[in-house]
Amino acid sequence: MSKVIVVTSGKGGVGKTTSAAAVSAGLAMRGHKTCVIDFDVGLRNLDMIMGCERRVVFDFINVIQGDAKLKQALIKDKRIDTLSVLPTSQTRDKDALTKEGVKQVLDELREEFDYIVCDSPAGIERGAHLAMYFADEAIVVTNPEVSSVRDSDRVLGLLNSKTHIAERGDGSAIRAHLLLTRFDNRRSASGEMMSVEDVLDILAIPLLGIIPESQTVLKASNVGMPVVMDDKSAAGKAYTEAVGRLLGEQIEIRMDVGERRGLWQRLMGRTA
Amino acid sequence: MFGFSFRPRKANSAQTAKERLQILLAHERGSGSSPEYLPILQKEILEVVRRHLKVADDAVDIRLERGDDLSSLEINIEVPTGGASTATQN
Ligand SMILES: Nc1ncnc2c1ncn2[C@@H]1O[C@H](COP(=O)(O)OP(=O)(O)O)[C@@H](O)[C@H]1O
Ligand SMILES: [Mg+2]
Repeated sequence: MSKVIVVTSGKGGVGKTTSAAAVSAGLAMRGHKTCVIDFDVGLRNLDMIMGCERRVVFDFINVIQGDAKLKQALIKDKRIDTLSVLPTSQTRDKDALTKEGVKQVLDELREEFDYIVCDSPAGIERGAHLAMYFADEAIVVTNPEVSSVRDSDRVLGLLNSKTHIAERGDGSAIRAHLLLTRFDNRRSASGEMMSVEDVLDILAIPLLGIIPESQTVLKASNVGMPVVMDDKSAAGKAYTEAVGRLLGEQIEIRMDVGERRGLWQRLMGRTA
Repeated sequence: MFGFSFRPRKANSAQTAKERLQILLAHERGSGSSPEYLPILQKEILEVVRRHLKVADDAVDIRLERGDDLSSLEINIEVPTGGASTATQN
């Protein structure tokens, strides 16, 4: 049975698109037929992170409005053959996204894919609402920082009330996972940033993984490669493990996930 | 321009990022988000093909690859006789 997973957060810039790209690529690398959809209408970015921006012909909105068939808009990844991208439109018309349209596209995708990953826009408006509305599971992307944690709590409230599953009213709920990203072990250890335990205490949902703040993420976005494909990097490994946990594997969560710093950096980098 | 830059040509990821953006933005600034003519082109191709063959609505598949000085447009049409005909234009 296929699963729709929304990657959401409320706050912008926390790592949703990075995570949607990494998780979808990670699932596809494990052999699951996976499609990742950009719900950020007007600010298309997922195509760049996935490295397929030069091949966009039709988009999600074209499909909803009947100007293109779904299979004409899907872009097959050239590196991972079980992975497809459904890019969004650059239109400024936010009403282009409709609940019926989204449902139709997701229903059609469910017939072909094992996993459908929805990259939510920031905020709690239409785009974010529709990205989560039909989801079976949610990955709540959070940084260890007050406004991000607060927004995640708000989003968890919406997941539990304003979604298809919640509205059924039979007590069933979306399975929500916490993905802590841009985590800096050193700043957390020094008390400068909230710890993993602090965030877990407040949000009280299971932890899917901890993604370290890492240079590799920027490099991966420069070249359009989901960071999970870089299996040597700390961030890539952390995403690979998070995908394993999403698939139900018992993988211990390591806390020492910071980038390793050389002696020279440690001596010189106190202020950096 | 003239002469040459003393800065060595960067073969790093930032250079790749710049090149990708230049290609993408050149296309986006020129024609809006996705080229407006594509849905029309698709419709017209279907009309022409249908004068000769019975094909389904989703039988036309348009693929585009944007390049810096050359883009390629690939049009695939599934025809019901079992074989598919392909036309590629550059
Ligand atoms: N683990 C990380 N380490 C370093 N930078 C990161 C990490 N995750 C995301 N970023 C950077 O943060 C910025 C916002 O990320 P993005 O995934 O676009 O967030 P969102 O989709 O939530 O707005 C990007 O510049 C991205 O490269
Ligand atoms: Mg984003």
